[in-house]
Amino acid sequence: MNVLVLRLANSRFPLGMTARKANARIMRDGMAELGVGTKDLVEKPATIASLREGIASGVISAVELAEQYYARIAAHNPLLNVYLSLTKEQALEQAAKVDAAAVKGEILGPLAGIPIGVKDVLTMQGAPSTAGSAILKGYEPPYDATSVAKLKAAGAVLLGKINCDEFAMGSSNENSAYGPVRNPVDTERVPGGSSGGSAAAVAANLAVATLGTDTGGSIRQPASFCGVVGVLPTYGRVSRYGLIAFASSLDRVGPFAGNVRDAAEVLQVIAGQDPKDATSSARPVPDYIGETEKDLDKLRIGVPEEYFGEGLDPEVRAAVESGIDSLRKAGCEIKKISLKHTQYAIPVYYLIATAEASANLARFDGVRYGHRSAKATNLASMYRLSREEGFGPEVKRRILLGTYALSAGYYDAYYKKAQQVRRILAEEFLTAFGEVDAIVTPTAPTAAFKLGEKTDDPLAMYLADIYTVTASLAGICGVTVPCGATSAGLPVGMQVLGAHFQESTAFRVARAVEAANAI
Amino acid sequence: MSATAVLSPDVIDKYEPVIGLEVHVQLLTETKAFCGCANKFGAAPNTNVCPVCLGLPGALPVLNRKAVEFATLTGLALNCQVRERSIFARKNYFYPDLPKGYQISQFDKPIAEHGWIEIPTPNGGIKRIGVTRAHMEEDAGKSIHDGFADSLTKTYVDLNRCGTPLVEIVSEPDLRTPDEAFEYLTKLKEILLFAGVSDCNMEEGSLRCDANVSVRLKGAPKFGTKAEVKNVNSFRYIRAALEYEIERQIEIVESGGRVAQETRLWNAGEGRTYSMRSKEQAHDYRYFPEPDLPPLIVSEEWKAEIAKSMPELPEARRKRMIAEYELNEQDAQTLTSSREFADRFEEVAGKAKNPRRVANLLLSELGGRLKAANLELDQSPISLTGIGLAADLLEESKISSKQLKQLFDISFEKGEDFPAVYEREKPQQITDASAIEALIDQVIAANAAQVAQYKGGKKTVAGFFVGQVMRASKGQANPALLNELVTKKLDAQ
Repeated sequence: MNVLVLRLANSRFPLGMTARKANARIMRDGMAELGVGTKDLVEKPATIASLREGIASGVISAVELAEQYYARIAAHNPLLNVYLSLTKEQALEQAAKVDAAAVKGEILGPLAGIPIGVKDVLTMQGAPSTAGSAILKGYEPPYDATSVAKLKAAGAVLLGKINCDEFAMGSSNENSAYGPVRNPVDTERVPGGSSGGSAAAVAANLAVATLGTDTGGSIRQPASFCGVVGVLPTYGRVSRYGLIAFASSLDRVGPFAGNVRDAAEVLQVIAGQDPKDATSSARPVPDYIGETEKDLDKLRIGVPEEYFGEGLDPEVRAAVESGIDSLRKAGCEIKKISLKHTQYAIPVYYLIATAEASANLARFDGVRYGHRSAKATNLASMYRLSREEGFGPEVKRRILLGTYALSAGYYDAYYKKAQQVRRILAEEFLTAFGEVDAIVTPTAPTAAFKLGEKTDDPLAMYLADIYTVTASLAGICGVTVPCGATSAGLPVGMQVLGAHFQESTAFRVARAVEAANAI
Repeated sequence: MSATAVLSPDVIDKYEPVIGLEVHVQLLTETKAFCGCANKFGAAPNTNVCPVCLGLPGALPVLNRKAVEFATLTGLALNCQVRERSIFARKNYFYPDLPKGYQISQFDKPIAEHGWIEIPTPNGGIKRIGVTRAHMEEDAGKSIHDGFADSLTKTYVDLNRCGTPLVEIVSEPDLRTPDEAFEYLTKLKEILLFAGVSDCNMEEGSLRCDANVSVRLKGAPKFGTKAEVKNVNSFRYIRAALEYEIERQIEIVESGGRVAQETRLWNAGEGRTYSMRSKEQAHDYRYFPEPDLPPLIVSEEWKAEIAKSMPELPEARRKRMIAEYELNEQDAQTLTSSREFADRFEEVAGKAKNPRRVANLLLSELGGRLKAANLELDQSPISLTGIGLAADLLEESKISSKQLKQLFDISFEKGEDFPAVYEREKPQQITDASAIEALIDQVIAANAAQVAQYKGGKKTVAGFFVGQVMRASKGQANPALLNELVTKKLDAQ
């Protein structure tokens, strides 16, 4: 099996070095070694429809397309640090099959030959799944995540596994044990997190589309930072089987793509009930792609005042407001609404997510797989040292927070109370969706920040998710679409939220914003 | 602290033990609780496993419907209320045989609660023991600490058992003596076996029991501090462990000490318990609702469907059998010693010409001989099928009861089943009416006084003639024919 592990953290990111210093060094080394400028980093991938047509008609060879992507990855990955491992042999085998089928005139899968990358928290046979953690260094899962299996079945060419914050915990991708990902738009800046690599991959055209995961904003925020489209499907819409869990009641799998329609194409393939995931929904999957083409009619768009208050960068506000303007011009009815309990979302999220994480990450104990400390002398020290050496500081912080929140005597005050507030937040959205068809907000309070800017201030980092966690808690869906840029040219995303299982509506609104932004 | 000092019965009598039991039973499902792996004992280590029961990253549990049905049956059989909506929870602790670092269990909303079991009391009465709850959970794997060459330095882990569906049945602290605990377990096991939800095999670990025990002065309003006794793997040992533990605690209290709240391990070899961990060292399991599993809904319809599949439970079955086969309580108990035996008995009895005769033969003729030979029912040379045949032969008067006794004796002597013995030794019955009439004539001639009584209206004296003729025929006269002919001849006198 030709699994190429491109970069291992420990060689470039020695233990004990602060992230900031490491970042500076990687920056210097990367630029010097490669002599690569940043100008040609940002590139829009061709659309899935055009590639599919080209492959089916024999104009494009899927194998050549894959080779081109691997060449581009080879050129840019050393700087961007997007891919943690490549699955070239499997990818080329799949591409050859697609080409052979195209020659024979067979009906091709909806994603036949399309080069796609997969976030490293999703399991994929024949490649390591590290979840961005040292504790899973070299770990190869024996099975495919359901979303990965569905991509394969649809003919997708899976290029490799993509960098992310360790166990999807982070908002900047700086928590990866394998070094941070750089934002292709400005390589001194973070791509967002935790699916920073998945967003950067699409922005730099190192994949036509990617899979990411979103627990509190991990798809939407990096999509916003990198100027691509990211989808948070309704909880239960896409199987979580094979998603290395962070917070089970919040984790979702969703696509990144260069445009709204392509995001819908990928969601179309990965959505649906999975007998292996008891929380997946039996609701039929609508024709997202067709729905995306529908007119806006007179959709009612809610604009919640709580999302435009203190802490929102003025340039981000301006971009989002121009997006809202374009919706008004497209015939939508813009309504001011209020989601009064929004201010509680961050604390509620960090209680529930960390509580679940404290249990989900208990399995990484050095007993059966992953890192086991060489210094252990007995069972207790095996547990303690393996976890101490294997987990990064943010993961440890969250395990401690969650363990505390669930402890005897604290459960009612923290976890239980948080669940009660979560219900209120969900009901608030339910009420709002009685009055409006979609809700639009900024995706993040700022555009991409600089590497190292917030690494020493976890609370400031947590606030990067302030506009995304509420939808996560409520289980509703959303699409992030670029709606403009700051004066420095940094992309700004608009978050379009839909009610449960109303992805189609969110896609339609996002598509209108996309169309207006393209002019 | 030891319990070696012998406490006088007077001292012991001042105290009242309070006992509650926690029983884990493995359910007899084909597959595990949350994955498709075979639920089987005895496979090669770590072979009945998959990503789900191994707790591999990304794997998710999916609840086995059959396990829910068995848990519901268990709840119903124990007179519990079955919740329409129950919640799975994660019980968090680290151990090498617990691959996820948590056990999927149920906590504040178990599938069944508020039930009871009735146990017999020494004075022939009945005592109702409360069942607090019966909840579903998954079993852990096995840590094997010895038996390997390097067992001094290594522990081996077998994860085959991971994810085996369990029901934990928790009693109220209603038990007051080790004997009551023994009776409770006996009844519980019997109910579970009859319900068909578990094989309750303690050697294979499919039934395991922990006991909570405390003592208090009789009449004291509050319970004493309890100790939890673990690692007891037979009902007899439960009784012994409780006896030990009660004396140990009384001794502490008598000498002015305080019983520590702790977990203690039973050591069967030494016949005593040892402290395993104190209250301070007790785990904080940090239970919280399992987010990977939606609430379990057992609708009224589903519950009714499950209830319909409930096999007849031991008490009900005994009552019915007492009426149907005209048995006494003791005999009903014998026939229902196991569901399997009761089933086999009823199968044979159902086919027999006279089911009551099957019961009768089994209990008196066979039972007496087994007792004399010091054999158990399952060691009997005569099978239930043999009993069925014998009952039919008697019913049809093809053999006399005397002949049957002789044939049974032969069966026991040779260790041969009744049908084979009967086939070989089949008595030659006299069915020739004239031959029997000749014998009757002889007897009538020799017993003029009895003939006179008969003619005087005492018809029961006919039995005397039947007996005499049967004796003269060496037991070979066909009894039905004999009866008929005796009456005819006497009436003709």
